[in-house]
Amino acid sequence: MSESPRPVTIDQPVTITVNGSEVTAQKGELLIDACERAGTYIPRFCYHSRMSPVGMCRMCLVEVDTGRGPALQPSCMLECGDGMSVDTESAKVRKAQDGVLEFLLINHPLDCPVCDKGGECPLQDTTVAYGPGESRWVEEKRHYEKPIAISATVQLDRERCILCDRCTRFADEVAGDPLIHFMHRGSNTQVNTFPGEPFSSYFSGNTVQICPVGALTATPYRFKARPWDLEHAESTCTTCSVGCRVSIDTSRDEVLRYNGVDSDPVNWGWLCDKGRFGFEAIKHEERLVAPLVRSGDSLVAARWNDALDAAVAGLRSVPASSIAVLGGARLTNEAAYAWAKLAKGVLGTDNTDCQLGDGLPADAVLGLPVATIDDVCRPGGTVIYLGPDPKEALPVLFIRLRHAIVNDGVKVVELTPQSTSLTPLAAASLTYRPGEAGVLAEAIAAAHGAGAAGVDAAGVDAAGVDAGRIAAASDLLAQASGPITVVIGRPSVAESASTVVDAIGAIVRRFPDATFLPALRRGNVIGALNAGLAPGVLPGRVRRADAAEWFGAAWPRVPEVDGEDAAGILRAAAEGRIDTLVLLGADPLGDFPDASLAEQAFIGARRVVAIDLFLTESARRATVVLPATGFAETDGTTTNIEGRVTQVVRRVTPPGTARSDWQLAVDLADRLGADLGFESLADIQAEMDELSAVHAGLTVAAAASDLDGVVLPLVSATVADPAEADATGSDSASASDSPAAEATAADATVADEPASDADPETAADVDDGLIPAPAPLAFVAPAPTTVPALDAYAARLVVGSTLYDAGTMVRHARSSAGLGPAASIRLHPLDHSQLGLGTSGRVRVINGARSTVLTAVADGSVARGTAVMIGGLEGGDDSALIDVTAAVTDVRLEVVS
Amino acid sequence: MTEVPRIVTSRWDTLDAHTIDGYRRSGAYEGYAGIKAALDRSPAQVLDEVKAATVLGRGGAGFPAGIKWGFCPPGVWPRYLVVNGDESEPGTYKDRVLMERDPHQLIEGCLIAAYAIGAAQVFLYIRGEMAHAQERVAAALNEAYAANLVGANILGTDFSVDIVLHWGAGAYIVGEETALIESLEGNRGMPRLKPPYFPAAKGLYLKPTIVNNVETLSNLPWLMVHGAESYKSVGSEASPGTRLVAVSGHVNNPGVFEIPQGTTTYRDLFYGEQYGNGIRNGNELKMFIPGGASAPWFFPEQVDLPLEGRTVGAAGSMLGSGAIVVMDETTDAVKACLRVVRFFARESCGKCSPCREGTSWEEKILQRILDGHGRPSDLDLLLDVADNISPGPYPVAAHPDAGLDAVPFPPRQTTICPLGPSSVAPITSAIRRFRHEFEAKITRRNALPVSAAPAAPAEVAP
Amino acid sequence: MSRFNEANEAIAHEIIARYPRPKSATIPLCHLAQEQDGYLAEDAMAHIAELVGITSAEVMGTATFYEMFKLAPVGRYVINICTNISCQLVGGEELLEHAESTLGITSGSTTADGLFTIEDVECVAACTEAPACQVNYRYQHRVTPEAFDTLIADLRAGRRPEIPDHGTLGATRQHISEDRVANITPPEQQVEPAWYAARNATGGESA
Ligand SMILES: Cc1cc2nc3c(=O)[nH]c(=O)nc-3n(C[C@H](O)[C@H](O)[C@H](O)COP(=O)(O)O)c2cc1C
Ligand code: SF4
Ligand code: FES
Repeated sequence: MSESPRPVTIDQPVTITVNGSEVTAQKGELLIDACERAGTYIPRFCYHSRMSPVGMCRMCLVEVDTGRGPALQPSCMLECGDGMSVDTESAKVRKAQDGVLEFLLINHPLDCPVCDKGGECPLQDTTVAYGPGESRWVEEKRHYEKPIAISATVQLDRERCILCDRCTRFADEVAGDPLIHFMHRGSNTQVNTFPGEPFSSYFSGNTVQICPVGALTATPYRFKARPWDLEHAESTCTTCSVGCRVSIDTSRDEVLRYNGVDSDPVNWGWLCDKGRFGFEAIKHEERLVAPLVRSGDSLVAARWNDALDAAVAGLRSVPASSIAVLGGARLTNEAAYAWAKLAKGVLGTDNTDCQLGDGLPADAVLGLPVATIDDVCRPGGTVIYLGPDPKEALPVLFIRLRHAIVNDGVKVVELTPQSTSLTPLAAASLTYRPGEAGVLAEAIAAAHGAGAAGVDAAGVDAAGVDAGRIAAASDLLAQASGPITVVIGRPSVAESASTVVDAIGAIVRRFPDATFLPALRRGNVIGALNAGLAPGVLPGRVRRADAAEWFGAAWPRVPEVDGEDAAGILRAAAEGRIDTLVLLGADPLGDFPDASLAEQAFIGARRVVAIDLFLTESARRATVVLPATGFAETDGTTTNIEGRVTQVVRRVTPPGTARSDWQLAVDLADRLGADLGFESLADIQAEMDELSAVHAGLTVAAAASDLDGVVLPLVSATVADPAEADATGSDSASASDSPAAEATAADATVADEPASDADPETAADVDDGLIPAPAPLAFVAPAPTTVPALDAYAARLVVGSTLYDAGTMVRHARSSAGLGPAASIRLHPLDHSQLGLGTSGRVRVINGARSTVLTAVADGSVARGTAVMIGGLEGGDDSALIDVTAAVTDVRLEVVS
Repeated sequence: MTEVPRIVTSRWDTLDAHTIDGYRRSGAYEGYAGIKAALDRSPAQVLDEVKAATVLGRGGAGFPAGIKWGFCPPGVWPRYLVVNGDESEPGTYKDRVLMERDPHQLIEGCLIAAYAIGAAQVFLYIRGEMAHAQERVAAALNEAYAANLVGANILGTDFSVDIVLHWGAGAYIVGEETALIESLEGNRGMPRLKPPYFPAAKGLYLKPTIVNNVETLSNLPWLMVHGAESYKSVGSEASPGTRLVAVSGHVNNPGVFEIPQGTTTYRDLFYGEQYGNGIRNGNELKMFIPGGASAPWFFPEQVDLPLEGRTVGAAGSMLGSGAIVVMDETTDAVKACLRVVRFFARESCGKCSPCREGTSWEEKILQRILDGHGRPSDLDLLLDVADNISPGPYPVAAHPDAGLDAVPFPPRQTTICPLGPSSVAPITSAIRRFRHEFEAKITRRNALPVSAAPAAPAEVAP
Repeated sequence: MSRFNEANEAIAHEIIARYPRPKSATIPLCHLAQEQDGYLAEDAMAHIAELVGITSAEVMGTATFYEMFKLAPVGRYVINICTNISCQLVGGEELLEHAESTLGITSGSTTADGLFTIEDVECVAACTEAPACQVNYRYQHRVTPEAFDTLIADLRAGRRPEIPDHGTLGATRQHISEDRVANITPPEQQVEPAWYAARNATGGESA
């Protein structure tokens, strides 16, 4: 099976004997894993290294002697102890394993020729390797109705099922969605759902991947290919920014399937369904295949030459400040860098923003010490979570957090304006009044200062949270063992980013050694930020002002002033100050929280150049549309939330004449008479390596790294040989003195040498040796945001996110489209009943001149005085209500009769 | 024969013994004097007393209760006591009588055990199908709570413990202690693997848990009142005290009897007047199950063995749950074998592949043989399937005539719990002794007339 | 049929409160639902799931493991005839055949009038009183064919009031009054009982 043994650090070595040879194992490590690491593979069906062992299938029986004579034992349940002696090949073992296999096969339909799993089926493979030649079973086999759909994407064929408990265990233990379960008993046992309650888990596709037979199949892949026709390549999912490692399965220039790859620091083999089935979008027939140029009211297909000319026409002889580039989070690191160089280094504009009003200021993302996912999930650790619902925004981060909380004693203190998937798991969950995250964070910090006894005296309610809960949360944080980690992002786009930044400021002051993991969801938003696609910064996490000289020496020019962020750009456009708005995979009309501002911007901008995969709402209104390559159509690297850089690979030919984003930057620069100096990805990487502080040493490091990639900024450009680090695992762990260093050593990617700022200087030396390296960007807490008081007649809006929103990729992935929830506005039942509606009814939601009509639903999890919407849904119209210039969004509700 | 003290059945003749008044008034000791006696000692002293008495578990495995209680890891809290009243092993019928006729004795036993181990709570798990037992225990618990005998500050002391009555819902496997715990947690009753889930260390909610049988606990009030020495004066040195056995099948007087452990023989039970009183119709004994359906069978040569765990084990079977099923010469060995195998096939929880698939395969082969569709290779196949569930040699009684020795208990297993391997007991027992009966059914097939025309034309539905 | 009615919901809460973790009440609540409706309805399982905080699939997974829960309506009287070894030896199978032919149904099915369901069951722990059967889990010992016929006639005529309709198990329920509860809290909140520590320290005297 493709799964690898559970990673282990050997700090309590024991010696066991496997088939006569001595092997070192970690005390307590499962025997099946220890044997596999030592090169002895024990067949198994139920055991999966990322789930708890259940010892059900009995395939892994081996003879174990712990001093009382050899006995058959399931190696998946047995923990290694010193002196244990194992025989995996004795006659008794063979007989037992053959017996188990025969038992599993007697009721199995043996329909391999028509089974999706045929050719990559552990049951089939094991049968070939160990199985009986012929069947001794002459009875009638068990029969069930042929495949039943247990969800929109997963089909279950119960006749093929060998009841290994993998899917059901996954649903319960990993995803926390126990919607499939064993039913009935004994030889009638079957996996099934409750009638009318499908296995609608965001993670359902994983069960297909881990099913050791063809009982679970994915509708998007059923009967599409035979495994031996598939080519596999490892890449990184960019659907969100967790950076799950995937293998892309292709056949005849077509992507047919993604599977999760087990990257220990990241996804452990898991994927969410949006990512897993996202390939349906890239091969959608509506993909743009040729450039389009506006002609009157319509866009008409054009030749690349003409389209590029049309695109640069609006860039050539206009002031730099009248050019803006929105987007870039879809791009690879290299493309983002190329575009940053084009925008800032050639066009000279700093009006760039890869976030679309849903993010955080660059200094809050780039200027704080970074926590990795492993840091956040460190056993026994304590975490402050202030971000979007992780299950909706960053699904596999949710899986990792859930595991950390449930299995590893991690305590999470959640600050949120609405209950989330984390709420039932959190040690403390404080629901603040929207916009008052900063007030709450200050209160927590203050409660601590008062000491445990003083809390009651000094404690006051803050941000709508009562003093007792604030004190309890503060105590939890005070009791943390080791530095706390903080997950930061936007719990709601209906409150301004500055309100979150206020909270970050309070946390930084109270916990100076805290580290931060940004929970921003757009695919490569961190990569784009690192590449400088944000106002006021340049590549490498440096401020424009600090680095102007550094880049000025290498680039044709650098912007003279700090530019605007997305909201500022759109406002400028609305006010007629933008000549050309370049949309780099951005769709403000469909995707900006303030629809009215986006609309005015389109009216005000003189030209719009859209670079995209689909004709989005915004692209439809563009002057020029350039088709770009999508996932699996381009090579490069991507950066996840923790700053981990991994490869993405090209596996299929892009549709039509679509070009890769970096190539487009080069082409446009060309037309403008500038030379970006890039003829290949390697050229871009070399320049990043040289000029961008965080990327220094990356090419060397990446080349030597394993599938897990490397985390930026590199602690050292010297990379340890992973094999060597593994072999001396215990040594390197003891050599390091901080937990963080230990984690790094265990990852075996980067040698744990002290951080050095010297690298950029080295780069400068290479350059000319005269210009000092720019100082790294540091977070500066701004003056606190003023949040108006909520009046008694209004409700304060929360706009959260959902995995299956009506975004471009979801709409174009057949399996995901239509899975999103219905749009509604949710209110506390008392607030709801005050409206005088029945259980649900239509209300007009009004924010000044903005309004929309929605169904109001009573929901006990919503705080009083708060109204909750899910953003980006078909008919949701949340963006019709939000004014991005306001700190919070207060709405009035009127019943529509 | 000397008069045997009635340790657990002393109130069976008292009609209202199930009420608190009846319990206090009648029997071999004053009701609730046992817990009073216990409360006069420290929990550690009570534990020592139970250890000294060597109270063997009556649920099947015969493990000494005091030793088991001592396995609770020190310093890990809470500890739970779970009473196993799931009695479902074919032939076993004793716990139900104890619960129906003398529920307070059981409650008192629970209190004593809870006191000795420091239990936070007691769960009394009663087999779902025993409605009457549940009613009796519920009523007794309500009385005992009202009388300050259970719950907060028992008898006005600081000792406090709750006893919660829990209903099962019909699944033999739930009698297995880890499955019982799963069931009590609201799950499917599938056993956990030992190690690592030894209940005394990781039981209910993964906390230290002692699981004891109803009869085991019912011994405690008498023991507390009369002391370990008196207890040990009954029965044999290795198996002190008495034991409830159910003698069913082909005896003239089937019944549940309290007998001294270790000294009574099967012959006493089958032929003794106060017990089985002879085989029905004066028939010959053909075979018997000495300790529940899971036990390998015994034959006439073994009738003089005493009911003593070690002796029976060495002879190739087990005392198990005290269920003795007597089969006379008229019994069809294949049919009896199939019926017991079918039980295990139906009751397999389905967790282990060898048990889930293997037991129903065994059943199908046996059914085929019984139906006259057997094939000559079927017996070897059957034995090999059995061997894949329980790698041989399987425990079996000696067969002196054939010059075959006994294989001592217990069997080996490829499964988590002994249920699957138990299905092998009747197969090896019956085939070793009565192979000819199996073969006769198989070869009979060859003797069937083969004719072209069916005997009677099949009715064709319109 | 349905979720718990108000009275049963109150009983359900009382039952749940007896366990350190709500999920432990799943099986008792399935019994309660079956007592209310005569079988375990889907809505009831969904309601139980809500009450104990698990999914409906988990309730169903647990319920279907156990023989006693009927996921579809059954007869008013469920007659469980034991055919296991002790009963088989003295006529259990013959009793089953007799029952099948008398009632005109095969085991596992229900008479057309909805009165009787017959089941061929495993040992019911009445081995010395074989052949045995149960009607709605009330024991009938040493049941001859004649005794069976009388039983059926009596049930039809309403002459067996001690046998409630299918679903009702204990006519008596355990009830723990609040002031008598010793200590029912989740395991993680439990510590060594004070009496245990004190009494071991003092050699038995209450502290
Ligand atoms: C398949 C199986 C079924 C069992 N059924 C019962 C049972 O119905 N009642 C019982 O007390 N013990 C039963 N046991 C034994 C229990 O696992 C456990 O050993 C016993 O309850 C311990 O109590 P004791 O030490 O007081 O005997 C069974 C064991 C197995 C493997
Ligand atoms: S041996 Fe059978 S009953 Fe026991 S755990 Fe395995 S499958 Fe379940
Ligand atoms: S892999 Fe060990 S029992 Fe299945």
